[in-house]
Amino acid sequence: MIIRSRSKNDIVSSEITSESAYVNRRQFLKDTGLIGLTAGGFLAACREEAAAASAQEQDLKAELTSYEDATSYNNFYEFGTDKEDPKANAQQFKTKPWSVKVDGLVNKPATYQLEDFIKPHKLEERIYRHRCVEAWSMVIPWMGFPMAHFIKQVEPQGSAKYIEFTTLLDPKQMRGQRMPYLDWPYVEGLRLDEAMHPLTIFAVGLYGKTLPNQNGAPLRHIVPWKYGFKGCKSIVRIRFTEKEPRTAWNVATPHEYGFYANVNPTVDHPRWSQATERRVGEFRRRKTLMFNGYADQVASLYSGMDLRKLY
Amino acid sequence: MAVGARSAADEARAKESENQRGAPPTVESTAPPRPRPNRKAASIIKEPRYVHAAIIVLSCLPFILGGLALASDAFRGTSYLTAEPVKEIEHYTGKWTLRFLALTLAITPAIAITRWGWLIKYRRTFGLFAFGYACTHFLLYLTLDLQLLFSQIWEDISDRIYITIGFTALMLLVPLALTSTKASIKRLGGKRWNALHRLIYVTCVLGIIHFWMSVKRDVTSPILFSLLFATLLGWRLVHAARSRRA
Repeated sequence: MIIRSRSKNDIVSSEITSESAYVNRRQFLKDTGLIGLTAGGFLAACREEAAAASAQEQDLKAELTSYEDATSYNNFYEFGTDKEDPKANAQQFKTKPWSVKVDGLVNKPATYQLEDFIKPHKLEERIYRHRCVEAWSMVIPWMGFPMAHFIKQVEPQGSAKYIEFTTLLDPKQMRGQRMPYLDWPYVEGLRLDEAMHPLTIFAVGLYGKTLPNQNGAPLRHIVPWKYGFKGCKSIVRIRFTEKEPRTAWNVATPHEYGFYANVNPTVDHPRWSQATERRVGEFRRRKTLMFNGYADQVASLYSGMDLRKLY
Repeated sequence: MAVGARSAADEARAKESENQRGAPPTVESTAPPRPRPNRKAASIIKEPRYVHAAIIVLSCLPFILGGLALASDAFRGTSYLTAEPVKEIEHYTGKWTLRFLALTLAITPAIAITRWGWLIKYRRTFGLFAFGYACTHFLLYLTLDLQLLFSQIWEDISDRIYITIGFTALMLLVPLALTSTKASIKRLGGKRWNALHRLIYVTCVLGIIHFWMSVKRDVTSPILFSLLFATLLGWRLVHAARSRRA
């Protein structure tokens, strides 16, 4: 297949902006007086971009979780069940070389080297709310590309209804897999229309940097209106299927974790309320938003479904 | 039933040892052979000075360290208690509650094994610390976690079975803490007091269930705590059965 290689002039944003400057860019604008001066040409140039990024995303920029918190407070049971375990235990994890197998009901099944998997796509930044099913949340600037681009490229067959993701199985490197926390390897899945939704992305970085191991390097997917566990980390296999995938948490405790796992403040987890959440780094609890604040974009995917039953 | 009888017996033995405290430890040979429970009476040693004070200070340490860590995380931006200090301090105080409950239950077997009757007063000390840590655990949950959102608190306590269980376990400790004084023992009489204080077994079992239900998939530490409590409670059953036979 023909793969468009990234032109040499394409620069990863992390090369341009240091992380601290990035985080402080508002301060930077203030300091340099740019905010006052930008009225004319600068604004016009930005208009197109600004329109693309939703107003919502602009607001979220002010709420970014610190890089430190986002990379040290993780649920990634493959590396241990405590929140600090992934950072402690994933440092030696080898993500090179990495290959991703695409199979199932597609016209172009293939096994890609990670570089080839990413190459055809233009990386963009997406600032998303991230809501864990445990009722904590973050705001994270991911680097990635829409999953729809990938799906179109491999041409799913008409019978494909679902897409299934599988994490690497390697108990030698992933010590959590030596314990029966879940039925390893971790499997997640989406309905094909959910996967094709423009908000759904494959992520390969955050804060303009390569994805740290503890965050699911080298490849994970993000569905911002679903609870965090729906995002599969360290993906090695993508399969198109006709049947609903048997997802890891759903297999483990079906009465607590459904296949859909849409963020929904009106449907509680059996053991705790989902009505509110705590944003990491904040003290006050926030009200949890329907579909994590993305209801306008995604509610139509579920019209006619009983979200109490299909939690 | 027999379990209660044991505690009463412990009390009696404790008193006895208290009486012997002043006397120099008699060396076997001259003394006439005593009935079985006191055969090792010679091994009774006096309570070393300052031990009780030291134990109290040590028992306060987790509270102080936890408080300092929480304050530092809140006001100095450190992350001793991970990025989610509220959750972490809840788990931390919960586990310390279980540890002090276990210490409380360990006193009776410890006396039976060592014959150090003076240990009995540590049962109250540890029991009160367990109550203190349990209250801290609950108050942190009310104030920091649910932030006194009473609608959610009530919903949690009534609808969420593991919160209901934890809450019940704490409530059962209240009468025990209130009657922990010597005066209460006198007022109630040893038998009734012992019967009442058997409630701690219920609290321990409920506490363990609460812990099991609060974890997601990694049950390592619930298993370890369960084994510990099973040993402490099992010892009582075995001991009771044995003394019934004797």
